Amino acid sequence: MNLCALNLGYRELNELVHGSEEDVVIDQCFGQRFIGSGASSKTIIINGTPGNALGAYLDGASIIVNGNAQDAVGDTMNDGKIIIYGNAGDTLGYGMRGGKIFVRGNSGYRTGIHMKEYRDKKPVIVVGGSTGSFLGEYLAGGLIIVLGLGTEEFPTGYFTGTGMHGGEIFIRSNIVPRGLPKQVTLSQASPSDIKRIEENLVEFSDLFGVSMDEILGKTFHRLMPNATNPYKQLYTEN
Amino acid sequence: MAVDYLYPEYEIIRNYDRCINCRVCERQCSNEAHEYLGDMGKMVSDDAKCVNCHRCVSLCPTRALKIVKSDHTFKANANWDAAKIREIYKQAASGGVLLSSMGNPENFPVYFDKMVINASQVTNPSIDPLREPMETRIHLGAKPSKIERDKNGRIRKNLPPHLKLSMPVMFSAMSFGSISYNAHESLARAAAELGIYYNTGEGGLHEDLYKYGSNTIVQVASGRFGVHRKYLDSGAAIEIKMGQGAKPGIGGHLPGKKIVGDISRTRMIPEGTDAISPAPHHDIYSIEDLRQLVYSLKEATRYTKPVIVKIAAVHNVAAIASGIARSGADIIAIDGFRGGTGAAPTRIRDHVGIPIELALASVDKRLRDEGIRDNVSIVVGGSIRSSADVVKAVALGADCVYIGTAALIALGCHLCRNCHTGKCNWGIATQREDLVKRLNPDIGYKRVVNLMTAWQHEIKEMMGGMGINAIESLRGNRLMLRGVGLNEKELEILGIKHAGE
Repeated sequence: MNLCALNLGYRELNELVHGSEEDVVIDQCFGQRFIGSGASSKTIIINGTPGNALGAYLDGASIIVNGNAQDAVGDTMNDGKIIIYGNAGDTLGYGMRGGKIFVRGNSGYRTGIHMKEYRDKKPVIVVGGSTGSFLGEYLAGGLIIVLGLGTEEFPTGYFTGTGMHGGEIFIRSNIVPRGLPKQVTLSQASPSDIKRIEENLVEFSDLFGVSMDEILGKTFHRLMPNATNPYKQLYTEN
Repeated sequence: MAVDYLYPEYEIIRNYDRCINCRVCERQCSNEAHEYLGDMGKMVSDDAKCVNCHRCVSLCPTRALKIVKSDHTFKANANWDAAKIREIYKQAASGGVLLSSMGNPENFPVYFDKMVINASQVTNPSIDPLREPMETRIHLGAKPSKIERDKNGRIRKNLPPHLKLSMPVMFSAMSFGSISYNAHESLARAAAELGIYYNTGEGGLHEDLYKYGSNTIVQVASGRFGVHRKYLDSGAAIEIKMGQGAKPGIGGHLPGKKIVGDISRTRMIPEGTDAISPAPHHDIYSIEDLRQLVYSLKEATRYTKPVIVKIAAVHNVAAIASGIARSGADIIAIDGFRGGTGAAPTRIRDHVGIPIELALASVDKRLRDEGIRDNVSIVVGGSIRSSADVVKAVALGADCVYIGTAALIALGCHLCRNCHTGKCNWGIATQREDLVKRLNPDIGYKRVVNLMTAWQHEIKEMMGGMGINAIESLRGNRLMLRGVGLNEKELEILGIKHAGE
């Protein structure tokens, strides 16, 4: 089904999207929020710029954005896939617990914060460019990969992995990360680590036409939590 | 003895004339305060281990036990009372943050106890609730500002989704993890039988309790534990937790050692990892951001459920509530500084936040002044202890109240305030299997139903006395309240007159 979003408010647009049994193509999208909220099936292709909270609570559907996305993409996403050919805004994948998000360009502050995993549910975010500060804050599970394509600078901001107590973050850069918080252990990714994340790199490569040679052309740094109880402070029973 | 040795606060008194060495007390005490000395043939107790939960007292078949406050004392001092000295010793020994449970026990004024309710005499008739119908049913949710008609003149149904309650009381958010499965089941079944609602708290919803979904409020908080589409769909309403009265401004932290078995599965995190709910929602730094979360939840559930935003009662509560009432939320829940908790730093619990009575009165006034009172319903908690508190809260402007502690007391809680130890002898605030099974949900739910049924009768009697036959007519009806022993500022904020006026 083809929808022209021009002159449609988010509620009208989302009614139409929810009502459709088949795949949906949205043209001329101009900031309509909450597209694909809780969607469990079908593919939604968006040409233009969707508004905040794209694919919140996504439950199995696929969303493809030919353009940039804004804040809170994939908030508390449970399953499915979000592919963004441009950039994404802040709090990408907040509290995400399953499915995958691929961003060709950059993402904003607080990317992948408080992601978590449980058994076979393991969320994945791959950002092609750079991210803002607080990447993977409170990370409790899942996998975040930042490729830093097109930059020689270190591709994440300040406070990466603050409060991290699960999951892992891979950052591709020839610069060694500095000033990481005390909850984070840093190592260079081993060949077996790369093997483990390879399917996600290949998927990124296939989606966005970036060669695997280029992706693997720099060092991958691996950030792991050094404790599952980072905020344990000494309490005294009173 | 070391400098930080503290003489126990409570003493276990055993009447040896009555004790039959049956060892029930020993088996019942998870704190291991009782012990049988076989060679001496007698039971002994260690006062230092006693938390004064009355489990042994209640189950002793010969009534041989009682717990008394120790008369051991520090030198009398109006400034340095025993609690303050003890706390310093504890912190000097450990370097730890003081941790407490349940509501603020400090001696702040309880405004509910300084307000009295009106009754009809001579000039207006009171109503006999045993003889005449009395309506305690309420609806929670936004009220449309105008009636719309279609071209045939028929009223158009433009009512947003509402919660319908048989009486203006709900069970407040207590997560599976902070309380046991049996406690959750008791509350769920009681809510279903009573036609009211209970609240999952931020710990997800155990799959066996989905069947009570139409009487369940599902909570979404900063950690998003256990939140997924099915969870959102299963509840009758969704509550966004921004704050809690017992610990305004700080997040939650269920330690990894409590994340076991079903708790792990329901929260959807691995066993042994901490469940950290950050203090703020890191995607909400403004009312506009809050609006976004409200509408993302409404979109995800196709506008079929009301959304509640819960905040702690703090200094600027009226302005904050005004913002929430414009955020698209259908219901505002306000939690006063006496609200309970399964664990909170003592200093936060006892010193942060404001009394619910003042918060409620100022929020209700602010929303009325701004003409947006009908945008939202107001639910208050922290702490509602009796049907009289319910009536007073409604008269101050609340649509409904949340009770937590009162419901737990109905389940057997004796307010020993040691929930944070996870060793609750009454099977409520514990995940230890042997302790949880002490709370039988078949009996527990019935006790909660009894309590609410009794309160409903009392509410009707008080309403009848005032000559009011529908609880809706009591809401915000401040003429039905008078203050006793309150100063002018307090009366002004509460919006009531002094007794005698």
